[in-house]
Amino acid sequence: MGGGGMRGVSTGAFWLLAAAVGLAIILLSRFTVTNEYFFFAAYVVLQYIVLATAWNILGGYTGYTNFGTGAFFALGAYSSVVLHKMPALTQSWFGITTPGIPLPVMIVVGGAVSGLVGLGTGYLSLRLRGVFFAIATLALAIVVQTLIVNWDYVGGSRGIYIIRPANAPLGGGYIQYLYTLMIVLTVVSVSIARTIERSQLGLGFAAIRDDEQAAEAGGVPTLRLKLIATTLSGALMGMAGAPLPYYVTYLDPTSSFNLAYAVNSVAMPVVGGMTSWVGPVIGAVLLGTIQQLATVTISSALNLLIVGLLLIGFVIIAPNGIVGLVQARRDKRVAAAEAVARRKAVA
Amino acid sequence: MVVSLDLLINAIVAGVLLGGFYAAVTVGITISFGMLDIANIAQPAFILFGSYAAYIVNSSFGLDPILIGFIMTPVFFVIGMAIYRLYHHAFETRGQQSIQGLAFFFGLLFVGEVSLILIFGVDYRFVEAPYIGPSLHFGMFDLPLRMLVPFVVSLVMIGLLQLYLTRSFIGRAILAVSQDRVALQLMAANPTTIKQIAYGISTATCALAGTFLIIIQPVEPSIGRDYIGRIFAICVLGGMTSLPGMVAAAILIGVVESITATFYGPSWSPAVAFGFLLITLAWRPSGLLGRT
Repeated sequence: MGGGGMRGVSTGAFWLLAAAVGLAIILLSRFTVTNEYFFFAAYVVLQYIVLATAWNILGGYTGYTNFGTGAFFALGAYSSVVLHKMPALTQSWFGITTPGIPLPVMIVVGGAVSGLVGLGTGYLSLRLRGVFFAIATLALAIVVQTLIVNWDYVGGSRGIYIIRPANAPLGGGYIQYLYTLMIVLTVVSVSIARTIERSQLGLGFAAIRDDEQAAEAGGVPTLRLKLIATTLSGALMGMAGAPLPYYVTYLDPTSSFNLAYAVNSVAMPVVGGMTSWVGPVIGAVLLGTIQQLATVTISSALNLLIVGLLLIGFVIIAPNGIVGLVQARRDKRVAAAEAVARRKAVA
Repeated sequence: MVVSLDLLINAIVAGVLLGGFYAAVTVGITISFGMLDIANIAQPAFILFGSYAAYIVNSSFGLDPILIGFIMTPVFFVIGMAIYRLYHHAFETRGQQSIQGLAFFFGLLFVGEVSLILIFGVDYRFVEAPYIGPSLHFGMFDLPLRMLVPFVVSLVMIGLLQLYLTRSFIGRAILAVSQDRVALQLMAANPTTIKQIAYGISTATCALAGTFLIIIQPVEPSIGRDYIGRIFAICVLGGMTSLPGMVAAAILIGVVESITATFYGPSWSPAVAFGFLLITLAWRPSGLLGRT
């Protein structure tokens, strides 16, 4: 598995390193960036790193394709809406004034809700492999969307307005607070992916991806591993979605269940490379930034077209993504060096 | 809630007609996914291409939409063959059908939808024909012609396809590909060529299915998505490879959806097909008429 210069870094050190990088980025951007728009745009790119990494834990490592990213993401967002309305609910039902629930708690709850749904899809994988699993996740997204559309408490099909708290914790604007939280989420999810890659778990996932029946026969607890993968992947997607209501301030089913989330979270790992944690990060930074630039300069429909075309192009020309291309070049160089060495030894 | 017999009968009749249309939409998937094992989730995009082709020709020349559908089938057939060529070259020969192939079709679906949005915008488009509007009345129930005409043409199309698949050499070769590729090769037929033709037919059905869609309801680019789950649900429920099984499943889903829409409101009906799909996939993956 890849990782470039990070190969020798141990798991614990990686967590520390990732946390340090995250902290450095937060501090650096806080003190140098004055343009609010930077935080708006960076939030989206970071959110995509989390989504792509989460997708890759299931899709890249175990080989189960999830087209329902939108559902997990939106479930996180809508569980925040429910929690956001909680003080008003207790007020009207019991006459008690409860304090507003802080966003980090919402993120944890959103992760738990989506993680539970992920666990459910994991059981689905008991019967469904390959294409059938992929289609079932697509179907799941529509079922969840129908439920939300018909649930008036969270706004139904009309959508709902969310008023941001007046004061942002940690100082700065509220958008900077959201941005900071998303950096923390990014650090956590990337570190989790890296940890899995280096552990027994990662080996088990790879065994499932390569040949599930053989893995099962070889004593790999496939069901348990798949449940871990789907739960973890779903939970991270839910966590990425939880701050969304406060980011957009108006949440409706059509935009929160948008197919663009699913396409992006598939396209980013495919473009970056699916076998290692760097792939989704590279893909998300690349595609996310392109889309942000295209949205500003051209149009938002056109930037989605770019993503779709890049997905098709990469899948045909470079099925192992950018990481695969780099690795192939390195392998070639190593092979050439070895050939030269062998020739010298013979001479 | 009072369930009146009148309402129920009308809902069932409307459901059967809807089912006939669903069968036309699904027949391509039964061929490409059921028989050829190609996870063609981009099918809805091609159905919408069919709808917009009908819209363009109908609005500029006033031709009958179903006639346009028939005229477009060869064009779609060729496009389908080209896509299969690409798919075969990029994925089947490399042995990477599964995840990369799926991502390919997913990308195709998305690119199709976004291109339609870029060209036509998100406004609803419709066609004009003498049978859109009037209904036949039979005592208790009505038969809207805009549903009846697609229903009849769809069943005729599927009947002809069934004849072709069971009687002609190529048709039987297509069925053979789905059962045993190696054996087919031993009979001196090239599986790739056969699959290419079959995939062409699968895409060609989208031309007609698309015109049915735009006859039944006004069309905008993103409604194709609603059909992904539905067509796969019907295909799986119908037992993957059998056209009669598929028609039965389509009518079943049409009726259940129509009853749900009548008694609980149309906003619930998308969940019906998907609920069916999840249940079928989880408990009876071999379908209604399938072998277990």
